Amino acid sequence: MTDKIRVVIAKPGLDGHDRGAKVIARALRDAGMEVIYTGLRQTPEQIVATALQEDADAVGISILSGAHHFYFEKVISLLKEKGAEDIIVFGGGVIPDEDVPDLIAMGAGAVFGPGTSTGTTIDWLKKAVAKDE
Amino acid sequence: MTDNYRDAKAAYDAAAEKAVQKNPERYGQFTTGGGLPLKRLYCPDDIEGVNYLDDISFPGSFPFTRGVQSNMYRGRFWTMRQYAGFATAEESNARYRYLLERGTTGLSVAFDLPTQIGYDTDHPMAQGECGKVGVAIDSLADMETLFDKIPLDKVSTSMTINAPASVLLAMYICVAEKQGIKSDDLSGTIQNDILKEYIARGTYIFPPAASMRLITDIFDFCGKHVPKWNTISISGYHIREAGSTAVQEVAFTLADGIAYVEAAKKTGQDPNVFGERLSFFFNAHNDLIEEVAKYRAARRLWARIMKERFGVTNPKALMLRFHTQTAGCTLTAQQPENNVIRVTLQALASVLGGTQSLHTNSMDEALALPTEKSVEIALRTQQIIAYESGVTNTVDPFAGSYVVESLTNEIEQNAINYINKIDDMGGMLKAIEAGYPQKEIQDSAYSYQKAIETEQTVVVGVNKFQTKESAHGRKLLRVDASVGERQIKKLHEMKSKRDNIAVKNLLDDVRKAAKSESENLMPAILNAVRVYATEGEICGVLREEFGEYVENVVL
Repeated sequence: MTDKIRVVIAKPGLDGHDRGAKVIARALRDAGMEVIYTGLRQTPEQIVATALQEDADAVGISILSGAHHFYFEKVISLLKEKGAEDIIVFGGGVIPDEDVPDLIAMGAGAVFGPGTSTGTTIDWLKKAVAKDE
Repeated sequence: MTDNYRDAKAAYDAAAEKAVQKNPERYGQFTTGGGLPLKRLYCPDDIEGVNYLDDISFPGSFPFTRGVQSNMYRGRFWTMRQYAGFATAEESNARYRYLLERGTTGLSVAFDLPTQIGYDTDHPMAQGECGKVGVAIDSLADMETLFDKIPLDKVSTSMTINAPASVLLAMYICVAEKQGIKSDDLSGTIQNDILKEYIARGTYIFPPAASMRLITDIFDFCGKHVPKWNTISISGYHIREAGSTAVQEVAFTLADGIAYVEAAKKTGQDPNVFGERLSFFFNAHNDLIEEVAKYRAARRLWARIMKERFGVTNPKALMLRFHTQTAGCTLTAQQPENNVIRVTLQALASVLGGTQSLHTNSMDEALALPTEKSVEIALRTQQIIAYESGVTNTVDPFAGSYVVESLTNEIEQNAINYINKIDDMGGMLKAIEAGYPQKEIQDSAYSYQKAIETEQTVVVGVNKFQTKESAHGRKLLRVDASVGERQIKKLHEMKSKRDNIAVKNLLDDVRKAAKSESENLMPAILNAVRVYATEGEICGVLREEFGEYVENVVL
């Protein structure tokens, strides 16, 4: 076992925009985390299975298609079903500010909009994982 | 260069260096937005080797560096074509009519993700996505609604559809039939560019060989039946959006183009014929000078490739005609009004670069789909450039500029180097399999992000000149979940009313055509579409026959 933070970066559904997912995956890796990037077209079931299998501390969801309500809700409720609500869910993409409170209420830890620096996400994730342990 | 020139230039260099010693410049090394080193000053000796007739020549003449028409915008402007579509066909039809009333001159259809990936709205993979990024089209019935009261012989329509392009083109032809318009009279474009889907955009369905067959079948079918249609829009736009540099955008797009020409040639088609209907699609990014040079370089390089590599002699098949969209990735969620100015500069670059059609992004697109108001401003931006700025009144106004000609050369040469490397790998299909263009683009995207974070690259309102602002009260366009429910209800009603025996038989014909090595798939798809077989049913048959592409995840 290592004490490295383990993060799954996931692209749910049919959205093909993976620039942000890949940039944040690399930035988290460069910050010393263990990053598993799922690739495109993942169902919520696949994302949750990957998170469990990889013993992830956190799952980052990247979505730019506008389907964020649907996918955040699914992933978070499936994690609960599997008794894995300790896995932190966060995300980013084209998500209007006014939608963020809904996603937080569902159980997301944080949502990062366009223009967020990778440093902001890294710092938040380190703190969130430390608090969780 | 004369001795006098050399002496004067040396004196200038010395004076400039002295000035820099006193007051350092903003950067140690200046670069273009795409990362090319940029000199303090460009002079006659920077373009010493350029031969006007061979390398630049006159507009409308090989190698078309100055443009594809002899008089460009003095005749007619580019097509002002705003990409639009959301929710169901009813809402999108209303948006198209809104745009046409306000002077847009061509339509551009955005489809939702299930439509782009060949799923009907009631498919489990389509959940949550109906109508979000474009309009949901399940069958011909939706397409009839989408173009209701829009005469298809009077407008040209571009459709951003790739893997299932045959099906949507077939639907368009059927709608025209119902309006009493022959396919010969239709004009428009399907994107139909699968290679960049594998590289950068992600809406692939089938593996490469089957995808290339669908594409070359369309080339052949349209050559015979829809002669004014642009059969493909070979796209650098999404490659750039994924993070590439300007050079990579040109190189990978033209390398994709080479792969399509080779594939069609293998089926016995003549590049002098199908080459006329190939079109291109580029990004308009922030660096105005580099972007102008990019379009000029792409035009010249494509003409040379078609002539030298493929022996093309028909001038129309040598011309690179292109659509442009301003760079969505440069839009900021912070201070979104600033995006209007970004879009203006980007649009100006594409006009100075000789585009044939243009989409200008709306200021709110870093947040959501654009509202009617913001779409109107985006369209007005094009009209102001066209009618008020004066840049449209003389052809290729930047030609002969030392920096523009010099960068045109440099972008062309660097793109050639990439294309040679891809040739050495065995062509673009092999390069994609190896993850090569994907990795190159990701590296550029990561460097760009780092440049922003170290403030080497300034983004106004994001890493400099930030203001505390409230997003509340800003009106955004919403597509709610009820849209999906309505669309599924419509789909099920349609299925209960159509001739289901005919559907089954004609889907069997699609299967037979898919199994056959030599049959063109288009006629069978057209027949199935005509009896309201759904997109998901047709793509379902093709999925069974061809299998599905699995992404080679590169990180």
